[in-house]
Amino acid sequence: MTNSILINNGHIIDPSQKIDSIGSLLITDGRIAWLGDNNDKLPASDYDIFDARGLIICPGFIDMHCHLRQPGFEEKETIASGSQAAAKGGFTTICCMPNTNPPLDSRGMIDYIKVTANNEGAARVLPIGCISRARAGKELVEMGELAEAGVIGFSDDGEPVQSSRLMRQAMEYSLAFGLPIIEHCEDKLLSENGQINEGIIATKLGLCGIPNVAEENIVSRDIALAELTGARLHIAHISTRGSVELLRRAKEKNLKITAEVTPHHLTLTEERVINYDTNAKVNPPLRTERDVETLIIALKEGVIDIIVTDHAPHTDNDKLCEFALAPFGISAFETAISSLMKLVHKGFIDINLLIAKLTAEPAKIIGHNFGNLGTLTIGEAADITMLNPDIEWVVDINRFASKGKNNPLNGEKLKGKVMATIYNGKFTYRDDSIKPRAKS
Amino acid sequence: MRTIQQEKEISLESKRGITIESVWQHKHILDLDDFTPAEIELVLQTTDAMHEILSRPIKKVPALRGKSLVTLFYEPSTRTRSSFDLAAKNLSAEVINLAASTSSVLKGECLVDTLETLEALGTDIIIMRHPHSGAPYVAARHVKAHIINAGDGWHAHPTQALLDLYTIHHHKSKFKDLKVTIIGDIKHSRVAHSNIWGLTKMGARVTLCCPPTLLPMGLDEPNGHFPKIEVEPNIDMALAGADVAMALRLQLERQQNGLLPSMREYKNMYQLTEEKLAKAKADVVVLHPGPVNEDIEISSAVAHGPRSLINQQVTNGVAVRMALLYLLAGGTH
Repeated sequence: MTNSILINNGHIIDPSQKIDSIGSLLITDGRIAWLGDNNDKLPASDYDIFDARGLIICPGFIDMHCHLRQPGFEEKETIASGSQAAAKGGFTTICCMPNTNPPLDSRGMIDYIKVTANNEGAARVLPIGCISRARAGKELVEMGELAEAGVIGFSDDGEPVQSSRLMRQAMEYSLAFGLPIIEHCEDKLLSENGQINEGIIATKLGLCGIPNVAEENIVSRDIALAELTGARLHIAHISTRGSVELLRRAKEKNLKITAEVTPHHLTLTEERVINYDTNAKVNPPLRTERDVETLIIALKEGVIDIIVTDHAPHTDNDKLCEFALAPFGISAFETAISSLMKLVHKGFIDINLLIAKLTAEPAKIIGHNFGNLGTLTIGEAADITMLNPDIEWVVDINRFASKGKNNPLNGEKLKGKVMATIYNGKFTYRDDSIKPRAKS
Repeated sequence: MRTIQQEKEISLESKRGITIESVWQHKHILDLDDFTPAEIELVLQTTDAMHEILSRPIKKVPALRGKSLVTLFYEPSTRTRSSFDLAAKNLSAEVINLAASTSSVLKGECLVDTLETLEALGTDIIIMRHPHSGAPYVAARHVKAHIINAGDGWHAHPTQALLDLYTIHHHKSKFKDLKVTIIGDIKHSRVAHSNIWGLTKMGARVTLCCPPTLLPMGLDEPNGHFPKIEVEPNIDMALAGADVAMALRLQLERQQNGLLPSMREYKNMYQLTEEKLAKAKADVVVLHPGPVNEDIEISSAVAHGPRSLINQQVTNGVAVRMALLYLLAGGTH
């Protein structure tokens, strides 16, 4: 046995160091030991060689928004199963939302996540703490203690803070820690009973719609509060062209605002639910072609900073029911990058940009509290994703590592697939085709 | 092959050589959006034949003998349910009536489990009424039985629309270029939705008239998902030149939810009265899917007046549902 791995002759893309070239990468003792295009200069050592010809080698993906369901909803997902699904999707760092039961609103809960992830996890799991106790929108959590316990930010997730006063207080208080307030922007009075995007599809299906303005109203409020308080605001899963406009204007003022978008909002439209497919029921809802086009442009122009999966696993029974009774969410880890590759193959975005939105950019938002993430810098933790950009495969939910099989892309052919994922120098996922060859 | 003339008990005076199979494509009846005009035509013709049976002294034929049919109603209903019950019995089917309020649904049984139970019992046809849009689609995907949607949420009520079409056709003998004005709570009305599909497919012009808060969204967007219709919030304009006026039931909760300022204002502006009907054509006919809130969406005088077809709608409901059951499952196939 050796503790070194050479990933040989891959297409190395690391936006954090502006690397985009053919080369090899040596991992020793869980860290990146060497990187270059001339193997003669390899530091002498004993290593297993993995051939990476035709593969993209990039920093392990970072997902700033996922749901691991543990504790409280272990039938949907656990930290173990969720992080394995993440590894299959090329993710090495995942940030879990606090909508568990009990919710992540105390130091004890944050410690529980960290300990469980350390023992059972196949990825670095960084928790997001609640903004308000029990996500009830009434009183602030002890943010100082949660910050100390190691949260990357604060969010009440699907129960966004409806009280503008409490949100102002949360933003002001958060200034002491420099951590972002992460907001799922939804005016619950405007979205009440809503199932899918408001418009002609909702009319045809006889479903109550969720208007764009339900999102935009809170995006607008939170931008104004961020300007007032100077706090860091991170807007979750942006979905409408109106939100993009608001964000664009806010960024022109140099406010400390960042935003994320999901693969499904970048690639699917409301037409996906036309057969009452509950697997395409997601919040915010899939929108229109015009929204999708605007989101892609905003991603390219940097108005939207990062891509997140919003991985939201549910059981089969949860989704096998009347549309209005089905919970929102897509089990997205294992199709995220492959569905996004469609944007690259169609020429809408560059592969370097896509990888930056999954590595260097989220690393900037998370900061340095958890080491230098999202980079292949020598000396840093070896978090690496190996991606075959051209291989075609058919999505089969029965082969998901996630307990959640709720994914609308089941049965579809996608182009591009994660072949291996390395977290802290160890394979957390390896396709059968990736095998070590005899040492040189 | 089942030719129309081959059925001894049911004589369809139809074009020679046309087989049901050559026109009829449906395993389920979920909405009218996927019906062809020829299929709708076939339903209307078959309904004529059923009327003939209903005029006999013994109103019973063996077309569905040996078939079992369940009416599965998650919402209360008088006319739709008894209409299906009667239609099925007239065709000699075994009928079980299940109401959510008296079944295991009350014990928390989920829809799919209930459906699987009915399948295990060997049910051939399930007639389903459900408060949630799309529920019959879940059923159609999940069990082998024929599913007939007897109303789902705000979405569709295809058998009601077909009986409305039959009733209109009986009086007007055509659909092409008829002006049909639908007045009332369009947004929450499955009856309106299915009528819009059926009427526009047959060439009628549909005008919707309601307060803007009760109008569904997106009708003005160019799209391939919904028929082209007119919207006219002014009732006098909407009724001008109308051949058919259809009033919809107004749920009292719409006012409570803030969609209407008061029932008084709604009555003043949108109640179908003799006075407002004067704007329509002289031979205008009046429909209402029932149950009627008299003197709210329609005046008593109009509801019981000479132009009202409300009771004929109920009578035709049995024949239309017999026709649909026959077309779905009445053959030898």
